Amino acid sequence: MSAGKINPMEQFEVAPIFGQRLSLFGYDVSFTNSALFMVVVFVLLALFMSGGMKRQLVPGRWQMMVEGAVGFIDNLVQVNIGKGGKKFAPYIFSLFFFILFANLVGILPLAVIPGLHTFAVTSHITVTAVLAFVSFGIVLFVGLAKHGFKFFSLFVPHGAPGWLMPVIVPVEFISFMVRPFSLGLRLFVAMTAGHILLEVFGSFAVQGMSAGTSGSPIGWLVWIASMAMIIGVSALELLVCAIQAYVFALLTSLYLHDAVHLH
Amino acid sequence: MTDLAAVYIGAGLAAIGCGLAALGVGNVFAKYLEGALRNPGAADSQQGRLFIGFAGAELLGLISFVVAVLILFVVR
Repeated sequence: MSAGKINPMEQFEVAPIFGQRLSLFGYDVSFTNSALFMVVVFVLLALFMSGGMKRQLVPGRWQMMVEGAVGFIDNLVQVNIGKGGKKFAPYIFSLFFFILFANLVGILPLAVIPGLHTFAVTSHITVTAVLAFVSFGIVLFVGLAKHGFKFFSLFVPHGAPGWLMPVIVPVEFISFMVRPFSLGLRLFVAMTAGHILLEVFGSFAVQGMSAGTSGSPIGWLVWIASMAMIIGVSALELLVCAIQAYVFALLTSLYLHDAVHLH
Repeated sequence: MTDLAAVYIGAGLAAIGCGLAALGVGNVFAKYLEGALRNPGAADSQQGRLFIGFAGAELLGLISFVVAVLILFVVR
């Protein structure tokens, strides 16, 4: 990064990794760095799970870890969906762990090795919006298949007086239709904002160091302050990675509760 | 004042919302902790609701961030 203008957006660039663009029926289907990191996340997740699926009677450390993860999601589903929620546990599980692993892989500080630059898959709204729309689609499908047209009574809250209906039904309808957007937007913006923040402080540190080596003591002061901020922001980002994955899984299971039980 | 300066001022004003959302998120966790210290037995069962409140408060701050970024990179 050259001194002067900081460009925090270049880290989110999606580019084909093998140089040339493949196109199929007029669409660009090249294998990009985003796709590569989705594969990386998938492989990591598969390795994590397969290490704990030996079903030993006395579980080892790894199996305890995987059992803890499964139990955590199982508990989340049981508390928030309740009866009839067990069949959604695999979906919530894959959702939570895909997002968690993608967030954590994206924040790995591997860029210290030249040429290696981890890519946060979830910092693109195309990815998070697809996840959100899959969740929303499942909610619609389950709700309509289970309750038929009674599903639309979701928009009519219990105990509201009749003269309020013309106001409250459109409001409920809008709040229902906005769900997938808020779900996808939250994850995408939280990850993007964190990476921009890290990039900005990283550039400050580099510029401070180059000013310091050319004889300016204030440069070293800037360098120390930026490095301290990077450490703090990285710790906060680790927390945000976990919380965002949890919130996505939690809200999906709450929406599923609405679809299964209608309030 | 040039147009670019107006863009930067607008983006900065939009970013005020992030700070206000920080108040909201802090309030959510503060009230939860207050209640949890008074009745620790009921605290664990309310953790889901804690995160729903957190998600709601945070989303509005993130939307103000989106508005700032839209002004900076799209509207100009």
